Amino acid sequence: MTADSHDCEPGPDDGESADDDGVGGILRGDGGQVGTPFDTTADVRETRWDRYGRAIDGYIRMPLTIMRQDWRSIVGLSIVAVYLLMGTVLTWTVEPTRTGDGPQFVQPFETWEYPLGTNEMGQDLFAQTVHSTGPVLTMMASGALFTVVMGTFFGLVAGYKGGEVDTVLSSITDVFINIPGLPLVIVLSVLFEPTHPISVGILLAVAAWAGLARAIRSQVLAIRDESFVEAARMMDVPTPELLIKEILPHLMPYIMVNLVNAARTIIFSAVALYYLGVLPFADANWGVMLNQAYHAGAIYRPDATHWLVVPMVAIAGISIGLLLIAQSLDRVFNPRVRARHADTGDAEDGDGTEPGSTEMMKQV
Amino acid sequence: MNWKIRRLGQAVFTVWAVVTISFAMVRLMPGNPVDYFITIVGPDLADPSQAYELAELYLNINPEEPLPVAYVDYMTSTLQGDLGQSMIYNEPVTEVLAGAIPWTLFVMSWAIFLSFAVGISLGAIMAYWEGSKVDVGLTAYATILTSIPFYVLALVMLIYLSYRWSVFPVGGRAAAELEPGFHWVYIKSVVHHAILPVLSMFVASGAASLSMRGNSIRVLGEDYLRVARLCGLSDTTIAVQYVGRNAILPMYTGLMISIGSMFGGAVVLEQIFQYRGMGWYLLNAVNQRDYPLMMGAFMMITIAVVIALLIADLTYGRIDPRAGTEDREAF
Repeated sequence: MTADSHDCEPGPDDGESADDDGVGGILRGDGGQVGTPFDTTADVRETRWDRYGRAIDGYIRMPLTIMRQDWRSIVGLSIVAVYLLMGTVLTWTVEPTRTGDGPQFVQPFETWEYPLGTNEMGQDLFAQTVHSTGPVLTMMASGALFTVVMGTFFGLVAGYKGGEVDTVLSSITDVFINIPGLPLVIVLSVLFEPTHPISVGILLAVAAWAGLARAIRSQVLAIRDESFVEAARMMDVPTPELLIKEILPHLMPYIMVNLVNAARTIIFSAVALYYLGVLPFADANWGVMLNQAYHAGAIYRPDATHWLVVPMVAIAGISIGLLLIAQSLDRVFNPRVRARHADTGDAEDGDGTEPGSTEMMKQV
Repeated sequence: MNWKIRRLGQAVFTVWAVVTISFAMVRLMPGNPVDYFITIVGPDLADPSQAYELAELYLNINPEEPLPVAYVDYMTSTLQGDLGQSMIYNEPVTEVLAGAIPWTLFVMSWAIFLSFAVGISLGAIMAYWEGSKVDVGLTAYATILTSIPFYVLALVMLIYLSYRWSVFPVGGRAAAELEPGFHWVYIKSVVHHAILPVLSMFVASGAASLSMRGNSIRVLGEDYLRVARLCGLSDTTIAVQYVGRNAILPMYTGLMISIGSMFGGAVVLEQIFQYRGMGWYLLNAVNQRDYPLMMGAFMMITIAVVIALLIADLTYGRIDPRAGTEDREAF
């Protein structure tokens, strides 16, 4: 009850709605005639809970139903779940490894003590991989979120406002699209030397948001002249509210798919930078493992190859998981991928990539 | 025409912005190279005040000048092609990099060309036999390859093809004992050394074929194809001129984005194969804290990408006549 009283939304039994009815009884839009369609109001007002229910239906229940029928999402989600497990439960249970914990270069799958073998310093690769997961996932989440927020903001505002605002925002976007991502990030990380996973993620996102901004801008351009937007504009809905309540929901699917793809981009470049030794590091992560293995000559030493392979598999694994999720999200939100051209096969064999999704083309 | 001029202006603006950003990074950020010179290099010198002169010699920025003057100086000297002096090579940065540019362009242009040419053909084949075993197999293959970062592939190839089986050289631009020049032995060695870097970029780019497949399938559902078939056009005409052309158009954006990312990826690739291109120098400069060379390489790579994108954008108008005709009302 206390929560309700702070609501700005009038509930069905609020005084205001009663007032509405009273006024409505006297003043009619067409001057007194009763029962035209224009005067009909719904018997039931939509409450806040109805809206939540609808949102849950549209954004959670419906996607889940479609995703349950799609092997991609099942496989993808289970892969990501494994990584989440590694980042949380396993990190708490598996002891962190130290130099000299075991003998040098134990090969993988030989003893239970060191399931993935050990490296030159006798560190357990399994424990190292597990303890890398948390920071990497944090990096990924912060980077992906930052990418999406920046990209959405720039794309949304530039596309909707047009004119001067568009020129300014698009110019900024174009500059960042033109600057190749990895060199920019390398230079920035030399100057800033970020160590916390969150700041690393944000730094990496600096090079990633612009492509998304441009894509979202063109999507906004396609819907900015739709009648519902025009209606909202006529009603003097303030621009921020219009952008968030009217336009953003239409872009949500696209943004979701790109959130997942951005996460992959971030991981790729994070690992690349750690591998190159550009980012300063205190704890091990997959890129650091690659770096150490490379410098220990694992490339030409057959007994050390597993030191390189373990982090490689870790990266490829989470990347495949995220890719599958992105593809199945695409199918959830993009009925055309499912339905169009469905006569040559069932829904299973449609392709997963959204042709318009330029993020797919990104490598690092 | 107007659009082309605008696009050119945008490229110029980007270059200006990049130089400005570089200036800000070199001069204004905490822990910036100019401070580094004064606080770290300075005390080691016989005459600590020399640090200012050194900073100006190497970085083109005199820390004693007021900011606006320093900025104008930096901008003019950079645009004149003076990128400062490399600290590890003790040569002008432009000279160090000039020798590296052609190599990066060589490898990257082949990688981009191959991945798109093969990607488009594969994608078309996959779409043509959609749902068949070929399609399913190729799609799975492309999906998996897309999700593996190219540097992982490069390392795997390096381990097996170079170190284990010695099919390809382990690194470098050409065999060291050869005299550079336009003779057959040298060219063969150059190509031999370039194969692995090109291959690892190319194999990892399954994305092109996937998006081509998606585009083609989308086009296959269009009504105008039914009309074309009813007109009695031959299958080849339909496949090439109707499906192919329309499916390739949207890929142009993808091509442009991958130009940027591939040039960026050159840094990792060239480090793995010890291929002395711009990326290799950039990384080398980073590791030895050679700030002038680092900023120079960064600017060079960026300008290369800006030019590549400009060319791509301007030619796009030839393929798609709709490009560049946008005029909208502002709210």
